[in-house]
Amino acid sequence: MELVSLTLRRGHPGERPPGEPRSIGYLYLAPALIVFAGFVLVPLLHAAWLSLFEWDGLTPGTWVGLHNYGDVVSDPALRRAFGHALILIVFYALLPVAIGLVLAGLVARIHVPGLPVFRTILFLPQVVAMVVVAVMWRMIYDPDQGALNSILRSVGLGGLAKSWLGDFGWALPAVGLIGTWVWYGLAMVLLTAGAQKIPQSLFDAARVDGAGPVREFFAVTLPALRGEIAVALTLTTIAALRNFDLVYITTQGGPGDATSVPAFQVYDRAFKSGQVGSAAAIGVCLVAIIFALSLLINRTGEPRWAR
Amino acid sequence: MRFTIPGAAVALALAALTAGCGTPGGSSADTAKNTDQEARQTVAKTDVAKAGKVTLTVWDQEVRGGQNAQMKRLNAAFQQKYPNVTIKRVAKSFTDLNTTLKLAVSSANAPDVVEANQGRPIMGQLVKAGLLRPVDPYARAYGWQNRYSSVLLDLNKFSSDGKTFGAGNLYGLSQMGEIVGVFYNKDKVKQFPQTMADFVAQSKQAKAQGDVPIQFGNLDKFGGIHEYETVLSRIADKQTVRDFVFARQGASFDNPDFVKAATQLQDWAKAGYFTPNFNGVGYDPAWQQFAKGKGRFLIAGTWVTADLAKQMGERVGFALMPGPSASDQPVALGGESLPFTITSKSKHPDVAAAYIDFITNPDAAKVLAETNNLPAMPVDPSAVPSTGLSADVFAQWKRLNADDGLIPYLDYTTPTFYDDISGGVQRLMAAKDTPAQFAKSMQSVYDKWNSSR
Repeated sequence: MELVSLTLRRGHPGERPPGEPRSIGYLYLAPALIVFAGFVLVPLLHAAWLSLFEWDGLTPGTWVGLHNYGDVVSDPALRRAFGHALILIVFYALLPVAIGLVLAGLVARIHVPGLPVFRTILFLPQVVAMVVVAVMWRMIYDPDQGALNSILRSVGLGGLAKSWLGDFGWALPAVGLIGTWVWYGLAMVLLTAGAQKIPQSLFDAARVDGAGPVREFFAVTLPALRGEIAVALTLTTIAALRNFDLVYITTQGGPGDATSVPAFQVYDRAFKSGQVGSAAAIGVCLVAIIFALSLLINRTGEPRWAR
Repeated sequence: MRFTIPGAAVALALAALTAGCGTPGGSSADTAKNTDQEARQTVAKTDVAKAGKVTLTVWDQEVRGGQNAQMKRLNAAFQQKYPNVTIKRVAKSFTDLNTTLKLAVSSANAPDVVEANQGRPIMGQLVKAGLLRPVDPYARAYGWQNRYSSVLLDLNKFSSDGKTFGAGNLYGLSQMGEIVGVFYNKDKVKQFPQTMADFVAQSKQAKAQGDVPIQFGNLDKFGGIHEYETVLSRIADKQTVRDFVFARQGASFDNPDFVKAATQLQDWAKAGYFTPNFNGVGYDPAWQQFAKGKGRFLIAGTWVTADLAKQMGERVGFALMPGPSASDQPVALGGESLPFTITSKSKHPDVAAAYIDFITNPDAAKVLAETNNLPAMPVDPSAVPSTGLSADVFAQWKRLNADDGLIPYLDYTTPTFYDDISGGVQRLMAAKDTPAQFAKSMQSVYDKWNSSR
C-alpha cells in the first residue's frame, strides 16, 4: 500500500518488525475487522444499495439508479437542509473550539485555584443526555415564559427578547447555540489538558523575548495545541453534521423548514413518509461529507513531521 | 499475502452481496394475497371459547390516562369471558407506534391486531403491501356497518391496491371519536359566538382588552393544521375538503375557498388574535396557559378535554366554530382514534375479529364513557355525562354525526403531506408566504404525488 511503501522509502529505522512474516498481522486484525464489517461496513453498503431504489419500505422497490442522489443536489429543500448543517458547524465546532482556546490560553498563563471544580462544572453539559438538554432549552427559549426572555426583560433589554425557536431567521442560530453550550465543555477540557502539557520553558523563553499575552498565545499555546484542536474539531464537526435529536425535539425542522437538517430528513423519510431510498441516499451523502471533512481537519491538524 | 486496493474493493463488493442485495421488498410481493377475494368471503361469528388456546398480540397506542384505563378494563373482560385467550398487549406512544409499525407488521413474527393510523402515510402503505386483512366479512357477520356513521367507516377504507382512500375494503374499527373545536373560558365569554363574524368581534374585543383572543402554540408544527382546517370547515364545502383528502377525481388545494380560508387565517394572525410568537410556543404550554385562565378561546382537539376539565372545572365550555350564519349546519375537523386492524400474517383472524368486536360493541362504549373517553359509536344514554365539559363534547359529537359534519385531517392526503402542510401553515401564519403562494405550493406537492401514484 501507498503508506507502507512511502515509509519504507524514507527508511526510518525500526519501521518493520523483525522476524515474523507481515501477513500474520491480518490474523490479529480479524476479530475487530469482522465486528466492524458486520456492524458498520455491511449496513453501510446495504444503505448504499438501497439508495439506488425508490422504495417505500414495504412493497417492491423500483431501480432508479442515481436519481436519489440527483435529488440531493437538485431538490431545493434538501439543499437547504445541507446548508443548515454547514451553518451548524460554526455553532457546534468553530465557536466551542474558539471558546475552549480562550479558556486554555488563560489556564496556561495564570494559575486558577480550584481549576478541577470549574472544569467539571463547565463540562457538565456534555454529561446530560441530549434529549434532556433539548427539552430544557425549549423551556428556556419559550417566548413568554422562558428564562432567556425573562432575563432580557428584567435587565431592560426587552427589545432583544424574541420568539427564538419560532422566528424564521433566529431558529437555526438558536438551535446552534444549544450545540455551542453542549460542546464547548469538551473542547475546553481537551484544550486545557493540552495546554498544561506545554513545557514551562517555552513560555519562559517567549517572555524573555518580550512576548505579551497575545503574542505568547499565538506563538506558543496555539501551535502546541494543534493536535488537540484537530481532535476537538473532528468530534464537534461530526456532531454538527449528524445533529438530529436537538432539532427533532426543539423544532421538528420548523418553522417552515428553517431548521431542517439532513439527519432529520433521513429519519423523516425512512420512518415516516416511506421514502427509504431517498433517506439512504441522504445518509450516504452525509457519510461522505463527514468523511471528507474529518480527513481535511486531520490532514491540516497533524504536525508537519507526521504528514 | 499483500492487501491491495483492488483486493479490498472485491472484498467490499462481496460484503455488499452478502448484505442481502436484490430488489428491496421483493419478497413481500410473492406473499401479497388477493385481498379483494378475502373481502368478499362470508364468515360466521366465531365462538371464541371453542378456538382453543390462543395468544393474541395487540399493538396499541392507548397510553394516556383514560385511554389506558379503558384498554386495561376491556382486555381483562375479554380474557375473563374467554379464559382460553391470552392477550399480549404492546402499548407504545403514538409516534413510537407509527415509526415502528411498518417493520413489525412486515416481519415474520407480526402482531395479530395493530392500531394502524388512517390515511396514506400508514394504512395506505400497509394495504398496498398486502399486510392488512380486509374486515368486510366480519363487518357483515357482526353488523359493524350499523355501529358507525358512514364517514367514520370511510376513513378506515382503502382499495386493495392502496390507491383509493375512503372507499373500497374496510380495514379496521376505531374506538374513540375526536373533534377539533373551540374551547372557551366561560368567565370571559358570556355568550358563545353564533356566527363567525361574532367570533371575530369577540376576538377583537379580547385583543383590545389586552387578553389573548385565541391561545395557540405551533412550535410542534401539527397545531397549525387544526387552526387552518377549523377556519376551512366554515368556508369551504365539506365535500370539497373530503374530496381533496381522499384524492378524488378533480380535487384540488389551489381553489378559491382554500385560498379564502388561508387569507382569513393569515388576517387573524396579522391582527394579533393568536398567542404572540405562536410559532415559538409549544402546543402543551399554550393550552396550559388557557387552563390557567389566560385567553378566551382555544382551538384544540377533544384530547385535551380531561386536562382542561380537571383544571378549570365549570369555567370551560366546548363548542364548534360557528358558520357565516347562525342557522348553518355544524361542520368541524375531526375523526376517530386509530383503527384496530388485523394483520394478514395473523394466524387467528377470527379471534382477532371477535376481539375488535368486543372492544367496540355497546358495552365497550359504556366503558369508554366511564373512563372519560368519547366513544365513536352511539352510547347508551345512561352513560352520557350530563354536566361539565364532557357533556358539551358528547353533545357536539352526536350533532356532528347526525348531520354528517366531520371533515378529515388534511395530513392523511399523501405520504408526505404532514410535513408539507404543517410547514406551509407555519409560513402562512408568519406571513412568509401569501395565501396564494401557500395554496400553490400545497397544490404542487399534491400534483407531484398524484402523478406518480
